[in-house]
Amino acid sequence: MPATSPISRCDPQAVIIRHGSDPHALVQILRELQAELGWLPREALTRVATALGLTLAEVEGVAGFYRFLHLRPVGRYRVLFSDNITDRMLGSEALLQALCRQLGVVPGAIVGDDPLVSVDRCSCTGLCDQGPALLVNHHQVVTRLDATRVAQMAELIRTRVPVPAWPAEWSLVEDRIERADVLLASPPAQGAALAAAIARGPQGLLVEIERSGLRGRGGAGFGTGRKWALCRKAAGTGRVVVCNADEGEPGTFKDRVLLSRHADAVFEGMTLAAFAIGARTGFVYLRGEYRFLLEQLEAVLQQRRAAGLLGSSICGVAGFDFDIVIHLGAGAYVCGEESSLLESLEGKRGNPRVRPPYPTESGYLGQPTIVNNVETFCAVTAITLRGAAWWAAIGTAQSSGTRIHSVSGDCARPGLYEYPFGTSIRRILEDCGAADTQAVQVGGPSGVCVAVNEFDRSIAFEDVPSAGAFMVFDRQRDMFEVARSFTHFFAHESCGFCTPCRVGTALLVRRMDKLAAGHGSPHDLDALFEIDRLLRGSSHCGLGATAGNPLRETFNRFRPAYERRLRSLHLIPGFDLDAEVSIARQVTGRDDPAAHLEQQG
Amino acid sequence: MSSADAADVFHLDGHDVPFTTGETVLAATSRAGRYIPHLCWHPDFAPHGSCRVCTVRVGARLVPACTLPAATGLVVESDTAELRHLRLRLLQLLFVEGNHFCPSCEKSGDCQLQATAYAVDMTGPHFEEFYPARPVDASHPDILLDLNRCILCSLCVRASREVDGKSVFALGGHGIDTHLLIDSPSGRLVDTDFAPTDRAASICPVGVILPKRRGFAVPIGERRFDQQPISAAEEGDP
Ligand SMILES: Cc1cc2nc3c(=O)[nH]c(=O)nc-3n(C[C@H](O)[C@H](O)[C@H](O)COP(=O)(O)O)c2cc1C
Ligand code: SF4
Ligand code: SF4
Repeated sequence: MPATSPISRCDPQAVIIRHGSDPHALVQILRELQAELGWLPREALTRVATALGLTLAEVEGVAGFYRFLHLRPVGRYRVLFSDNITDRMLGSEALLQALCRQLGVVPGAIVGDDPLVSVDRCSCTGLCDQGPALLVNHHQVVTRLDATRVAQMAELIRTRVPVPAWPAEWSLVEDRIERADVLLASPPAQGAALAAAIARGPQGLLVEIERSGLRGRGGAGFGTGRKWALCRKAAGTGRVVVCNADEGEPGTFKDRVLLSRHADAVFEGMTLAAFAIGARTGFVYLRGEYRFLLEQLEAVLQQRRAAGLLGSSICGVAGFDFDIVIHLGAGAYVCGEESSLLESLEGKRGNPRVRPPYPTESGYLGQPTIVNNVETFCAVTAITLRGAAWWAAIGTAQSSGTRIHSVSGDCARPGLYEYPFGTSIRRILEDCGAADTQAVQVGGPSGVCVAVNEFDRSIAFEDVPSAGAFMVFDRQRDMFEVARSFTHFFAHESCGFCTPCRVGTALLVRRMDKLAAGHGSPHDLDALFEIDRLLRGSSHCGLGATAGNPLRETFNRFRPAYERRLRSLHLIPGFDLDAEVSIARQVTGRDDPAAHLEQQG
Repeated sequence: MSSADAADVFHLDGHDVPFTTGETVLAATSRAGRYIPHLCWHPDFAPHGSCRVCTVRVGARLVPACTLPAATGLVVESDTAELRHLRLRLLQLLFVEGNHFCPSCEKSGDCQLQATAYAVDMTGPHFEEFYPARPVDASHPDILLDLNRCILCSLCVRASREVDGKSVFALGGHGIDTHLLIDSPSGRLVDTDFAPTDRAASICPVGVILPKRRGFAVPIGERRFDQQPISAAEEGDP
């Protein structure tokens, strides 16, 4: 241990005690320790393990699972560029390279025991309507990056100006609501829906939600009322309500705006769920990228407690006790999958669980649990107040109500657009000022890609379902590069639990990169589709099962983008001899033609 | 439904397989002396569901047999061209992910990965090799750990925790960087209380956890899976 052991800068015990020495709070404890230490030295892990009654390897295994927790030193300024395709389309790569040049660092590389700065990329930060964006020290965001901002940032870092003292307008996160319908336009008065629910009683509320036809907004579209009914009647004691605010699907940022603008409606929806199923415990699983929202959310919770809308005897009803704790994620898309989310809430690695049992039977610490998306809870609040019939009259027969779209990419007015289900893709494109559009990626990388001849299709569970992202690509864009970016995303986010996804997504990336480098052959396309079939047929969770979607969806519609990359019709080996000697070039500092092997072809 | 109800059977490739309440398809199949290829499942431990080699077809769905609850009348397909091919590819993924030089491996002939590969007629890696840089831990006086061969099945993790009460192992990292961790301050096996008599010392389906000073005691050609294919071998530790 060097003399300036970073652990001397903080007392792990204080953090551990603040969490009641509860091993289930492990992820929170590690996150808070790291916020103080910059990274997690082994000494700190050992102390945490001892205090929580866990083994060091268990704690190390959990810490190593999350992208935002570090087992090795990182820069005292840890800069992460959001690497969604929409950030790239706004020039993020050139800005990242510029910052690295100005600071004399290499992206992704960490030099020394206590470097001043490290710069890397991370998955989408959910700021696509105001990108390019970046995250500093897993806490503060910087939006609307440009060359000037990057140059100033380099100077602030060089002169060691603390991040909180950086220009405040850099961290301004706008809530761009471009089209509001029933949810975004008129958030209900605080407590009004609760009063309505209490008048109806738990069973009455449940019936109302079921009759509304509301289906979950997180992606799978499961009937909300049905889920709650299953949980209510499950055997076992204790009931838990979880709000899924992980919002990890690249291109999605509606939950960020809902939490920022309509937190009361979200918390009220959770409290209504608690009333319906008889839960006393609630959690919001807030993605680590939205750390900047934490204080304002805590303030809303506090205010609701003071108003008697959380805590014991809510609204004066004896026995109606419920409260909400916010749990911060630490950079893992898979933790948006509800059973991974529960593992993470319990302080473990976020590997998806084996089902059955489903969370409604056995969820958080074995208690029957419902997990719903942020937008689902907002809808619940509106329905409770205005009635199932009102909601069911909006949208289509199979998809009641509205859907909020996070619109980004090639359009004049990115931001949130709320429409009744059944609205055509063309209409949304017109409203957001998209011109010369070639494709829309609906629902993020795991969703569907829609081309021009399909723009009259509509967003609905029965036509084009959507988990909320709507990324627009005009004719200048290379749809192969879009797919390659998404493929990298899945490989980066694979949890590593099951064989097909752990190895298959890494192989997909290799093949797509090979095509991008111009070394591809038709054989590589066959291999790609074979891996896609393997992923769909044998993955443990939806991440692996959808990891080949970008490939399949874009190939079927934009075949020339792939074919023009095929160098020959013959097989070209995946092994690139010249690339293999690149380490030797780096070591010798040479890059002249003589230091390269002769290029074939 | 009583657990001894003899009428409780499901159908595996046209054969009736009896099961008891709460049993999974793989557990019942194995107990009935039939074979569905698998690696991370072991009769003495709760199923893990990570290797996916036991994937079977039930109607339109592909599901791992190790976590699939058996149910009366369930129609399960396992020995089909489709599933043999799926398993072949999954095994090939496991082979290219690690470093498996079978001819020089002490476990050759006793290895479930190798034997299962034979069972699905694997003749080559098919995918490009990763050649990962993985360490060998030779620190322990009696046990060698060659992580080049680890398939991340977590059987040693489960055995050490549940049977030995030691929790010597855990899984770390994520994605393609997932790896086995050793529970000691140095991260080396010598600084744990691991013993050659531990259950975890004999559970590894591949050649990671090996006793030292026992080089090729049984000659290759006369080992467990040299005698009979894995589909006919007794279930349990090698
Ligand atoms: C890999 C993966 C990631 C997911 N991420 C999210 C997410 O960020 N937010 C979300 O609400 N649901 C996400 N889901 C869906 C959840 O598993 C779950 O279906 C949802 O939270 C249920 O809420 P709902 O019924 O209100 O839609 C994800 C699913 C998978 C497979
Ligand atoms: S499919 Fe991928 S993310 Fe899901 S369990 Fe398997 S490895 Fe993990
Ligand atoms: S060491 Fe062996 S038993 Fe342990 S996870 Fe690796 S392959 Fe499985």
